Amino acid sequence: MAVEKLFKDEATEEKGERARMASFVGAMAIADLVKTTLGPKGMDKILQSTGRGHSVTVTNDGATILKSLHIDNPAAKVLIDISKVQDDEVGDGTTSVVVLAGELLREAEKLVGSKIHPMTIISGYRMAADCARRALLDRVKDNKDDADKFRSDLMRIAMTTLSSKILSQDKEHFAKLAVDAVMRLKGSTNLESIQIIKKAGGSLKDSFLDEGFILDKKIGLGQPKRIENANILVANTAMDTDKVKIYGARVRVDSMAKVAQIEGAEKEKMREKVQKIIGHGINCFVNRQLIYNFPEELFADAGILAIEHADFDGIERLALVTGGEIASTFDNPESVKLGHCKLIEEIMIGEDKLIHFSGVEMGQACTIVLRGASFHVLDEAERSLHDALCVLSQTVNDSRVLLGGGWPEMVMAKAVDELARKTPGKKSHAIEAFSRALIAIPTTIADNAGLDSAELVAQLRAEHHKEDSNAGIDVITGSVGDMSELGISEAFKVKQAVLLSATEAAEMILRVDEIITCAPRRREDRM
Amino acid sequence: MALAFDEYGRPFIILREQESKSRLRGLDAQKANIAAGVAVSRILRTSLGPKGMDKMLQSPDGDITITNDGATILEQMDVDNQIGKLMVELSRSQDYEIGDGTTGVVVLAGALLQQSEKLLERGIHPIRVAEGFEISSRIAVDHLEKIAHKFDFSATNIEPLVQTCMTTLSSKIVNRCKRSLAEIAVKSVMAVADLERKDVNLDLIKVEGKVGGKLEDTELIYGIVVDKDMSHPQMPKQIEDAKIAILTCPFEPPKPKTKHKVDIDTVEKFQTLRKQEQKYFDDMVQRCKDVGATLVICQWGFDDEANHLLMHRNLPAVRWVGGVELELIAIATGGRIVPRFQELTPEKLGKAGLVREKAFGTTKDRMLYIEHCANSKAVTVFIRGGNKMMIEETKRSIHDALCVARNLIRNNSIVYGGGAAEISCSIAVEAAADKYPGVEQYAIRAFADALDSVPMALAENSGLQPIETLSAVKAQQIKENNHCCGIDCNDTGTNNMREQNVFETLIGKQQQILLATQVVKMILKIDDVISPSDY
Repeated sequence: MAVEKLFKDEATEEKGERARMASFVGAMAIADLVKTTLGPKGMDKILQSTGRGHSVTVTNDGATILKSLHIDNPAAKVLIDISKVQDDEVGDGTTSVVVLAGELLREAEKLVGSKIHPMTIISGYRMAADCARRALLDRVKDNKDDADKFRSDLMRIAMTTLSSKILSQDKEHFAKLAVDAVMRLKGSTNLESIQIIKKAGGSLKDSFLDEGFILDKKIGLGQPKRIENANILVANTAMDTDKVKIYGARVRVDSMAKVAQIEGAEKEKMREKVQKIIGHGINCFVNRQLIYNFPEELFADAGILAIEHADFDGIERLALVTGGEIASTFDNPESVKLGHCKLIEEIMIGEDKLIHFSGVEMGQACTIVLRGASFHVLDEAERSLHDALCVLSQTVNDSRVLLGGGWPEMVMAKAVDELARKTPGKKSHAIEAFSRALIAIPTTIADNAGLDSAELVAQLRAEHHKEDSNAGIDVITGSVGDMSELGISEAFKVKQAVLLSATEAAEMILRVDEIITCAPRRREDRM
Repeated sequence: MALAFDEYGRPFIILREQESKSRLRGLDAQKANIAAGVAVSRILRTSLGPKGMDKMLQSPDGDITITNDGATILEQMDVDNQIGKLMVELSRSQDYEIGDGTTGVVVLAGALLQQSEKLLERGIHPIRVAEGFEISSRIAVDHLEKIAHKFDFSATNIEPLVQTCMTTLSSKIVNRCKRSLAEIAVKSVMAVADLERKDVNLDLIKVEGKVGGKLEDTELIYGIVVDKDMSHPQMPKQIEDAKIAILTCPFEPPKPKTKHKVDIDTVEKFQTLRKQEQKYFDDMVQRCKDVGATLVICQWGFDDEANHLLMHRNLPAVRWVGGVELELIAIATGGRIVPRFQELTPEKLGKAGLVREKAFGTTKDRMLYIEHCANSKAVTVFIRGGNKMMIEETKRSIHDALCVARNLIRNNSIVYGGGAAEISCSIAVEAAADKYPGVEQYAIRAFADALDSVPMALAENSGLQPIETLSAVKAQQIKENNHCCGIDCNDTGTNNMREQNVFETLIGKQQQILLATQVVKMILKIDDVISPSDY
């Protein structure tokens, strides 16, 4: 007797083959979607948001594309998730990881079709991933001790990362920007202290790195436009009216005269506060919150530059740069650490006025000003630069470097192929499949560049048969070239993360033999 | 019929809106219930064992869970059927009680239901079937006691515990590094265990996860990890020999519970009020400083002013720490949770050797590590993994392993896994059946058959011929009188579970059999299902 209804309405259940098909199809669809953006000649995608204004994003960044998709397929969500994690963790390789996972599943589908149990495939994949990682480890280069070489490594990595992005035209310029910025961090991975300011106008080439700090704010009226040897107090305090924080307090008056008195007292209080602030011996005051006209006027009278409403990150960064502390009370002027800088001035970028702090004490933070023709270009440039910065900051910590241009994939594929030959049993099919999936990445790069991928990959394979080959795909000339001569490098950490997360994700999806979908929660206006 | 007649002989309906209710009675009801129970267990059947598959579950909000854990699968399924819900309960209670074997218990219950259906068709009364099952479950539990092994472990020799935890972990996706995870689980349990009282408080083990990195980076921290950072970006990131003040009061002027108003009507009052307010903040910070605290952990937030004062006085602080975490910190550091500033005394401060803030990845993710605590009885398992689902699944797997380790500390008896225990029980029950006169004999035999279905499912999932393998193992057990023979799921060439080091806890197995029997008995006793119709 069949069960009439086990689940709630609209809840669905897919079993065995069908479940597996559903997840394979979903995952491969996602992989195919981002596939064309891979490599230096990859294409961009236009994303139109469904929100108000239908804002448009043009991007090449895998994570950004996938984040904006509305996906219902559960397996596809797994892939999106790994891409997101890749973005958070190492910043680059977000497309590669999805493509590799998709290829692994595509190969797995064929194996399942030829009656190999998913568990066997998984154990094969695991062996292969392990072997591939070891193969990479054998070939890494580490130039940490040699500062010059290390720097050139960083330059190469930055250029390789940028070459697949919109910035590829000026990649040398930007690579230098990124490397300079990251070197200033001195090993910390906190990218917060690198500020990116976008200003439309000019061309991408006009972008520059500023050693000081630029705050996107205007200077208050009647206040000095230029201060030398500035003492800066960075604050986070209310400069409108101080709220009384004692609970339940309220003002009750019985005559107009009293109102005036209270108002006077309030004003007096503010004046006192301002006096206290001025008492710190400063000539520049930066507040996170609003500064009302009255205190602003007082500051102007004292010849102090007051900047209001700097956003929180800005404040934090400014405190970091100038070496001051963020203050909220002003009773002990002698022990508050003030920030210092040589020169504060108002500068013009394009048509906007910005405040520029130069000659700062601590050199950790810096500002990159991006110029470009349109907002879309700037947004994409920011994303690309962010990718490069992420990769570089990770490389500074883990300085192992690999060659690029499909070289790591070929090295891994070769090692994995050898493993397949040595492994007895059905697993060897899975291991072979893994190597095929790895080769799919250089194939895709070549395909996207409009090259004869079959020919190129075959050549590459032959090259790699020799010991210690440095061959990879040179997309610019469309042939196989020596990657170390061409200066195409990638960070080991990125490649390792791609390999491991893709295998993990593929494994997860393969292990599933049943999908149970709960009834979607009722929602209005759902896309 | 739910029809009665009033004194005038007019029929009236006892069940309200009778037409709109669907109703099943008698044998039909039992069969429908059995079918539902079996359907649920069939879903879980493929997840059993080291080669079991996972299930992908999509929640109403579209979140994805991928898991192999029986209790989680059933909990997240939108089961509507009443009997289905009973099975969900069954798995949940196994989870609460034992923590592991949540899939096995449902598979066993499903098999029992299947067997009972055959008996019902033969015309055996459901109650007699239930009684027969009850008798045989007792036989099986006693038999388990007989074949169980005590094994010795001590704080220094944890190898047997690790082996048992590895058996649990081998069925999960994390089996890639089951060895290291099992060690982490055992070490953390040993750290918090009270070996004399044979008790483990699992609340002292915090399992925290963060995406990124790889599974191999998972580590055990003898201390607490809190997903928070210092309240002020310029506070020191590392504190050695920290004295921690643990507060549950906000750094704010007090808010009396009674309703009150402070009226300001003169300038003087306005000014005194302001002074008062400043004094409040100053006092609070000063008090913390006075008792010698070098770190303040607060359950509430603080005002900007307080924040700066703290920073100014060189007193790092953490705000918005959750209640559970606060408790753990208090336990770990040996401090007391202080609800009022006035009650802050030096004795109430917690001590930790090292407190540091650690950043992850490229985003601004920071976590606070509190290590080398005064009382090392609280530990944190910190999981890393490629994606969110992986972390969640690892958390569940670690939880299972922790439970197993705890059970072993409570009761160090084990039975052999891989279906060996079930097969052995099945033989014992089968043998006992002949001694019972009456209809129960049939039920007892059916119970023995049902026990066989667990190893059968194991063999099926591992790609072996189920019937062939099972009968071979059974014959071997009888011939060699060796209850360690089980299903060789991993293709290692031997089916002696003692050699393969596949162990399960005795109480886990016993609980499985008892719980499954209970639920089946309950289902068998239902002979009328009244459900309101859809509206």
